[in-house]
Amino acid sequence: MTRTSLLVSTIGLGSLLATEPPVPAKIEFNRDVRPILSDNCFYCHGPDKNHRKAKLRLDIREEALAKEAFVPGKPEESETIKRVMLAADDEDLMPPKDSNKKLSARDKEVLKKWIAQGANYQLHWAYEKPVKAAIPAGKNGVDVLVQKRLSEIGLKPSLEADKRTLIRRLSFDLTGLPPTPEQVKVFENDKSPDACAKLVDSLLKNPHYGERMAINWLDQVRFADTIGYHSDNPHNVWPYRDYVIKSFNTNKRFDRFTLEQIAGDLLPDANQESRVGSAFNRLLLTTEEGGAQAKDYEQRMLTDRVRAVGNAWLGQTTGCCQCHDHKFDPMTTRDFYSMGAFFADIKEPILGRREAGMMVLDAEGEKKQADIAKRLAALQAEFAKPRPEFAPAQAEWEKKSLEAIESNGAWQMVKPITAASSKKNIDFKLGKDGIARGTIDKKRTERKQNDGTDSYVITAKLPQGTTGLRLDALKEKLPGVGLASNGNFVLSEVALASGSKKRKGPIKIASATATYQQGSFPAANAIDGIADKKDNGWGVLGGTGADQSLYLELAEPIADADATVTMTLTFGWGDNHEIANLRINSTTAPKPIRAPGTSLPDKEIADILKLDAAKRTPPQKQKLATAYKQIAPQLAELRTKLATAEKEKADFEANAPKCIVSVSDTNKRTVRILPRGNWMDESGEVVKASLPGYLPKPKIEGRDLTRLDLAQWLVSKDNPLTARTVMNRLWAQLFGTGISKVLSDLGAQGEPPVNGPLLDWLACEFMDSGWDYQHMVKLIVTSATYKQVSTATKELVAADPYNRECARQSPFRLDAELVRDNALAISGLLVPKIGGPSVKPYQPERYWENLNFPTREWQNDSGEGLYRRGLYTWWQRTFTHPSMLAFDAPSREECTSERNRSNIPQQALVLLNDPTYVEAARVFAARILSECTGDTKQRITWAWQQALQRDPSADELKAITSLVQKHLADYARDATAADALLKTGAAPVAKDLNTSELAAWTHVARVLLNLHETITRS
Amino acid sequence: MNPIEERLLHLTRRSVLGDISRGIGSIALGSLLHPELASASATMLPGFPHFAPKAKRVLCLFQSGGMSHVDLFDDKPMLHKHAGKEIPPSVKGTQRLTGMTSGQSAYPVVPPLKGGKLCGKSGTWISDLLPHMQTIADDICVVKTLNTEAINHDPGITFMNTGSQLPGYASMGAWVIYGLGTENASLPAFIAMVSQGTGKNPGQPIFSRLWGSGFLPSSHQGVGLRPGRNPVLYLENPPGVERDQRRAMLDDLAKLNHLRAAELEDPETLTRIQAYEMAFKMQTSVPDLTDISSESKDTLEAYGPDVHKPGSYAANCLLARRLLERDVRFVQLFHRGWDQHIAIARQLPNQCHDIDQPTTALIKDLKQRGLLKDTLVVFATEFGRTVFSQGKLDDPAMGRDHHGRCFSIWLAGGGVQPGITYGATDDFCYNIAENPVHIRDLHATILHCLGIDHTRFTHKFRGLNVRLTGVEESHVVKGILA
Repeated sequence: MTRTSLLVSTIGLGSLLATEPPVPAKIEFNRDVRPILSDNCFYCHGPDKNHRKAKLRLDIREEALAKEAFVPGKPEESETIKRVMLAADDEDLMPPKDSNKKLSARDKEVLKKWIAQGANYQLHWAYEKPVKAAIPAGKNGVDVLVQKRLSEIGLKPSLEADKRTLIRRLSFDLTGLPPTPEQVKVFENDKSPDACAKLVDSLLKNPHYGERMAINWLDQVRFADTIGYHSDNPHNVWPYRDYVIKSFNTNKRFDRFTLEQIAGDLLPDANQESRVGSAFNRLLLTTEEGGAQAKDYEQRMLTDRVRAVGNAWLGQTTGCCQCHDHKFDPMTTRDFYSMGAFFADIKEPILGRREAGMMVLDAEGEKKQADIAKRLAALQAEFAKPRPEFAPAQAEWEKKSLEAIESNGAWQMVKPITAASSKKNIDFKLGKDGIARGTIDKKRTERKQNDGTDSYVITAKLPQGTTGLRLDALKEKLPGVGLASNGNFVLSEVALASGSKKRKGPIKIASATATYQQGSFPAANAIDGIADKKDNGWGVLGGTGADQSLYLELAEPIADADATVTMTLTFGWGDNHEIANLRINSTTAPKPIRAPGTSLPDKEIADILKLDAAKRTPPQKQKLATAYKQIAPQLAELRTKLATAEKEKADFEANAPKCIVSVSDTNKRTVRILPRGNWMDESGEVVKASLPGYLPKPKIEGRDLTRLDLAQWLVSKDNPLTARTVMNRLWAQLFGTGISKVLSDLGAQGEPPVNGPLLDWLACEFMDSGWDYQHMVKLIVTSATYKQVSTATKELVAADPYNRECARQSPFRLDAELVRDNALAISGLLVPKIGGPSVKPYQPERYWENLNFPTREWQNDSGEGLYRRGLYTWWQRTFTHPSMLAFDAPSREECTSERNRSNIPQQALVLLNDPTYVEAARVFAARILSECTGDTKQRITWAWQQALQRDPSADELKAITSLVQKHLADYARDATAADALLKTGAAPVAKDLNTSELAAWTHVARVLLNLHETITRS
Repeated sequence: MNPIEERLLHLTRRSVLGDISRGIGSIALGSLLHPELASASATMLPGFPHFAPKAKRVLCLFQSGGMSHVDLFDDKPMLHKHAGKEIPPSVKGTQRLTGMTSGQSAYPVVPPLKGGKLCGKSGTWISDLLPHMQTIADDICVVKTLNTEAINHDPGITFMNTGSQLPGYASMGAWVIYGLGTENASLPAFIAMVSQGTGKNPGQPIFSRLWGSGFLPSSHQGVGLRPGRNPVLYLENPPGVERDQRRAMLDDLAKLNHLRAAELEDPETLTRIQAYEMAFKMQTSVPDLTDISSESKDTLEAYGPDVHKPGSYAANCLLARRLLERDVRFVQLFHRGWDQHIAIARQLPNQCHDIDQPTTALIKDLKQRGLLKDTLVVFATEFGRTVFSQGKLDDPAMGRDHHGRCFSIWLAGGGVQPGITYGATDDFCYNIAENPVHIRDLHATILHCLGIDHTRFTHKFRGLNVRLTGVEESHVVKGILA
């Protein structure tokens, strides 16, 4: 055994002897007895009627007494005591052997004593209304109640920590970032009694406060950027993360925060912010797996939601009740499915891709949106104006159109044999009606594989004697005849080739004319043999609102009967300037084949044109006038402006941030109690939304309950659970462990609080303050209890090894996100921007190689995306960023009430070798060299101040000085190694610094970033 | 052991393993780390194993996507007689089908793609698509009656690997090392490797939760081993940093950490120092593991030509042997690409070819080195495939859909009878005729071979004492035990 291991074991052993507490003089049911009964007896003798043995239940006093399981005052006559005292091999022993449960001697002693004292029950502590202890005026309730408990068990509080430790603790706890050396100096020099309170106030106002607090909440609600099941594709939810940050920063009252998340769409004053909050209901796992069945996932989604509410607000392990009544707590399957029914109105696909979601605009975005709408409306009004002066030209157009209709008789439609795109950027498919339609392939576009160009390849049989072809670009829907967002297309080239084996070769086109052509994009460009020049082709901007046709005259008529012809249409402009809907026609009419002065009108206009002018109704006349405006040359400029504005609007909407939110559907899903959780069994009773039967609740009659009712109940003062759950979690965040240890379970299988009055007081104060979260944070962090040193004396370790009583503070490693933030902050690389889409810092290549549908490769961001705080890192549920995972970040496939804090070699590998930390070290080194111009000692001191906000000790100084010398010598010998080291990461290398010196100091920086102290809040 | 002693030992282990995450010094051994300071028994849960184990290690060869039992292990005369005819409704029953075939108008029976033969003394039927595997028929125990409720990939593969269809639960490997700890001083105790098959590429996705620790302490998660210069993520020193520099730096780091630890008496710092030492050791032990230059020509040839392609199933098989040799407790391979919905005639032979020779070579190699007797090998998949066609019979695109009611896997090595077949399906290999083995039963059996009583192996999570085998009834499959 090594010395260190010995030390660890010794400390371990030392603490153990003290952990079996003596049996208290006065037994308290909730504290002492219920945990024993719950863990050992309730499984068969508890609330679950289907699993109950011997018709005996021990969770209700009357029933237990009726069966003489407990005889008050007479332990020896109590059946329970008789049975638990039996020999280990006795068949009647309780708990039975096959349960693998065993009572300790202390457990038995507790039971006996409790019965002797009268076998009195208490309602389970967490279902009783919290009682607020009276606190003397001017005192902090936290300190009063902690110290009361300490004096009861004979412990004394520890001293207050020094100011440097305090400001580091407060900065990490409240903002997740280290203080600067200057902030530490100011705080140390502030001798005023309210120095700490002032510091806390300023930290609460710091915008990084919201980020820090958000991390914990995002775990509770399993926030992630991807759907979680199977393909684990992205869903749009990041605005919700920013909503949480903002809510903490603005100190939104927790009751409002709750209402918005569960029912932000149903609030009378619902707004964009509250709707984004309601994305909470959409954060669950969903699937796009082919072959998945809707009923299966409908059930998964319901149960996921109930578990989430149970975890985040109630501190109840509701999941048990999916299959059976809870075995330890009073919750039933009916309660479970009835709670699920609250969410039956949420509009969503059960299977498949989520919708893009609601546009989420900031003030600037809203202004831009309004501006675009205003300009568009003005242009539309201008376009809609009556134009009596166009009458003669319109008459001429009508005449030409009629001619076009008539000459169309010489044309016949060609139904292609095949139609495909060559790059697949466009999904180009032949319809049954013979029209080939293109749509932009969304997946390729999302994956940035679409370069915006493509070619259509169509094969068709042409009749013998064909002299001309007509390609109709049809406008079937917005934005126009082309797929570009302005409705345009640019046909760079059209080429025809004979497909016959005998005479394979190009078919020459003699001329190309069009019903409309954009200024510098004449039809002739489409047959000039140039297919690869961006701005050379036939375009129709200004005429995108009407069908347009290209007339091709063949140099020679088609000689073969049933000749197969391949047509290749190249669209080289980019930005998806392809034809949306293509119809092909042929003619055998004699040459010349030329486009009429106008395109063939659509059927509706054609029918109006065929009518006698006098018989046309006013609406028909109006339609004709509008149709003419679509091609009137005088309006070409206006049409272009209109198309541009429409494109701007479409682009704006396509690029605006979006978030999937709750939308209530009047057509609710039917919710049944599923027997044994089996979704294929539809025999269960249909249930409506209702609140759990075992908790106090308001009487609501005459209408169905909604999510808003659920949310209001969660934060009603009669609900004994929510405030306790939330405060217990906050306590754990600030002290390392909850007052009741199992944060997700305040039920019988959790732990009675070590200091019940304290938890109750916090819960009451929280509610009394109007659910003011910052008030509670401030109350706790300004308490003497919080400010204690975190070093433990041997006596304290022996008496309270896990520091449950808070006679000291606890040191603990920073959370995964903060480990990253801290290194970036120390190095100076941190980009302190708040919010925005999730980012992709360095991640090992091929880490995503086992994802599919589609396959993906993580693309590192460039620029500031590499240096954002950890909570903005893209959260891929099935493959969470490995640096984050190493430091115990959860995958967020399930709600996580508490992370564990491991101390494992992967963390060493990350801090030593992840490019993020190597880069941070070399950038930090450059700062040491350029910002501190002193000698080695001064530089080391400066670096220590940046990273740890203290001076190095003499020993530390000595060690680092020799480290610097050694590495300087190494890198002076091997300049290539220095260069290689300094190339890590994208940040530029300071040109004016000596590379071997920089490399040597990079090692100093790495040592500092790897110190246990650096990643610890103490 | 008296209760106080038991509790003492338990807490010692917990502080050593890092189960207690704060306050007291916690070293997380779990999957990674392993200190000479503790012998294997010190990293086991108290009272483990519950009884004498037959196997010390587990090798799981997981065929991901749903391997066709009909084509490979479960031929029946009726399939040939009934070829092309509709599966009788009495056989098909009313069980649910996936969305892939639930709309089909006909469900004609498709006999196995290729012939097969009764192999070895045991006469186990194995497809001619697996000619090498036919030679180890007497070493394996084929179970024909595995069954699962899941019929889609994500729930199916999650169920098979974690005992739950929902994410959030601990994987088999994590459970095993949680209970039994580690026996290797410088390698993770649970290692997972993934390869991509040539049958269907890319195959169904794989998730890190399949080797994750779920609700168990995160130090028990499996460590992925990947081809290339960084077999373990972040293993390689940054460019320009030599190993001796790294050593010097670690020494300085340790010195500084010690200085601080002495001042603050925070045992967590000491744990941190050890974690760094372990990481340093892994920088040697992992390259040593993946360097196969010392393997004989015969060995390499036995695994087939793909053994030279890093990341291939064959290469992973060889690495698996090297890991087991080093007493790594749980080694799991995932081979993707068994999801033959379409073009099974083209895809399946390739997929079989990928794994046939390497799997066989691995079993023989383990046997020859004396490792098979205390290594439990589990050759498994998440579900089987339908006896009827997906798509039209004469279409080259024809395939088979998912089938969870019965499917075949095999086991070998420590604790299992070699050369037997267990369980029987009906004439259409569509339903179970006798001796069903649920996924939970398989889990119970795996634990049993390791000396663990699955009913006594629990972890408190969400108010329950959760087990790998879940809350429903489950049994050790006694009929296959050696």
